[in-house]
Amino acid sequence: MTRVRAIERGSSAVFVLAAALAGGAALAIAHGVWRGGDTTRFEATRALAEGAGLTDLALFTEARYARHPAMADLHSAFQDGPLSFEHFPSGALVAPARDFPAAGLRNGGAR
Amino acid sequence: MIELQGVSKIYRQGRSNEIAAVCDLDLTLQDNRVTVLKGPSGSGKTTVLTIIGCLARPTQGRVLLDGEILSGLPEKFLAEVRRRTFGFAFQRFNLIAGLTAFENIVLPAYPLAPRFDTLKARALELAETFGVAHRLDLNVDDLSGGEMQRVAVARALINDPRVVIADEPTANLDSERAAQFLDIVATLKARGKTVLMTSHDPRIWSANVVDRVVEMADGRIVEAA
Amino acid sequence: MSGWWARQRYLLDYASASLWRRKGRNLVLWAIFAALVFILGSVILFGSAIRREAALVLRDAPDVVAQAMRMGRHDMALASDIAKLKSVRGADRIEGRLWGYLYDTSTDANYTLQTPSAHAPDLALQKGEAIVGEGVARLRKLSEGKHLFLVSPAGRLLKAKVKKVLSPESALVSSDLVLVSAEDFRAFFELAPDQFTDIAMRVRNPSEVGTVSGKGALALPHYRFITRANMARTYEALFSWREGLLLAIATGAILAFAILAFDKASGLSAQERREIGILKAIGWETSDIIRMKLWEAGLISVSAFVAGMTLAYLHVFAMSAPLIETVLKGWSTLYPRFALTPHVDALQVTTLAFLTLLPYIAAVLAPIWRTASADPDRVMR
Repeated sequence: MTRVRAIERGSSAVFVLAAALAGGAALAIAHGVWRGGDTTRFEATRALAEGAGLTDLALFTEARYARHPAMADLHSAFQDGPLSFEHFPSGALVAPARDFPAAGLRNGGAR
Repeated sequence: MIELQGVSKIYRQGRSNEIAAVCDLDLTLQDNRVTVLKGPSGSGKTTVLTIIGCLARPTQGRVLLDGEILSGLPEKFLAEVRRRTFGFAFQRFNLIAGLTAFENIVLPAYPLAPRFDTLKARALELAETFGVAHRLDLNVDDLSGGEMQRVAVARALINDPRVVIADEPTANLDSERAAQFLDIVATLKARGKTVLMTSHDPRIWSANVVDRVVEMADGRIVEAA
Repeated sequence: MSGWWARQRYLLDYASASLWRRKGRNLVLWAIFAALVFILGSVILFGSAIRREAALVLRDAPDVVAQAMRMGRHDMALASDIAKLKSVRGADRIEGRLWGYLYDTSTDANYTLQTPSAHAPDLALQKGEAIVGEGVARLRKLSEGKHLFLVSPAGRLLKAKVKKVLSPESALVSSDLVLVSAEDFRAFFELAPDQFTDIAMRVRNPSEVGTVSGKGALALPHYRFITRANMARTYEALFSWREGLLLAIATGAILAFAILAFDKASGLSAQERREIGILKAIGWETSDIIRMKLWEAGLISVSAFVAGMTLAYLHVFAMSAPLIETVLKGWSTLYPRFALTPHVDALQVTTLAFLTLLPYIAAVLAPIWRTASADPDRVMR
């Protein structure tokens, strides 16, 4: 009769695994709640952005239109011709501003 | 009591290769009797089992269980009847590969969702009865043919059905195992079960425990003893 | 309810036993699924976190930046134009900005040279002083008190003592920054005293930004006025571009995955068909079989999704996304080191869940449905 003890329900193992997964996910969520509310970093960065008059993220430094996409002049992305391929991979990550031609042209871009 | 009235079963009806497996068959099975259907291959024995066991619907005619017509019931009710009234032991055992003997035995009880302790105790009791208690935690693929059959019979009985249906139960067994199977049938009869088997094994027809042998040929009953 | 659950638990027993006997195959499937979710989840988490970061950090950027244009190109702003803007009602704190790029041959990196605003006393610099960003300090091995030497394209030399290294916390906006005094900047780039890169403006009343920049455009018709809303939109679009691209590619991957799963499942092996027949023959209802398969598909896909998403969270917020970083770095030598503040966009995660879970579960269930509703008598033959 010792063998009988070896009979376990498959669902019990499932519950253990599910609990482990849920625990991991709960830890991640708890971490998000705990760290997500922390704005000290933002405050420091904002002060600098204001003091230096910064307008852009320093994510991509390889080209001027990628370094300052918000400030990029209207044609820099096409300066080697509209059909030329993107030189820098980051160009695929930064979309042109949504009002790319309209606002620029209205405000004197292509006079 | 199970009655078949004017039952026909035609496979691939309307096509050029249609087969009339059973033609206009009348048969009555009394409770607590052991009945054997005999006859050559293709005589329609197995089809009769599937129709009685609610695994297939007759093309024509009707099936009555204790006076109630089964043949027109929707599938959901047929499943209910199958698991409460019938226990099946198939010719090739039809155990689920890769699962343990215990898991196979308790499968028919899953939709009834009994308490697990109760179910486990009942499976153990059946396994003890049929001498496979020490093999319960093994994968069924690792069992011998005789053990597989006894697991299959234990599975057929887990829901304590009134009627046990066995298709060619001794086809894969040697004489000794066949004799053991007849002992099992005797046990079932003693417990008040109705047993219906197909067989072309003379050892079965002549067994003491068998109450009635019905001979079939070409989808009809040719001789009922 | 307890009866319902007892039945579901038995189905779960079967589903887990059934998964376990094909553990190799299912583990591979699970791993592929989790990896797919991990990659897509990382991109989504990173994108939404950095967009939020940009929005918060740039909240105090100049309200309007006016950029001179000539022949369709960015041109220098003149001090006289600043004077003209000062007459625009509502405009406040108008100052010319000096900033530009310098390619540093010694480190093969681009720096952004800039002068601090006159309104920021803590950043005020004397001639010969500099404040450098974290990335520049890292590349040039600089620390407070050391000297920074820069050579302009025209061959001019700038020697500045490092007054301060900006904190790594602000690296996302300042990594490549070199702040110098206006005097040094003009001398280094040979700019006339009345020349500026562009003009930054503050607007007293935030609701007037549009009006003020409109009036500014009238006063200075050859200028382009970029409002902070325009800058914000640029960063709202950051990554959504590539995210869209990635998701488009991933849709292909998801479809391929669904087709694979469908192919696998629709070509139900003879053994699986027989199994379904056996279950029906011993009294399972069609709905029991479908629910059991649902448990099976759900166990694999939901657990893989949760695992993939949790790993993506760790990857992005605990490990600063090393895998994504390699993509983002692109060709730049100077990449900011920053730890993103956790931010999860629930809508995007839900969308990803629907995109990955539903096709898989549907692909598994569809063929089962057909088989499970067939008559079970085939098992007898």
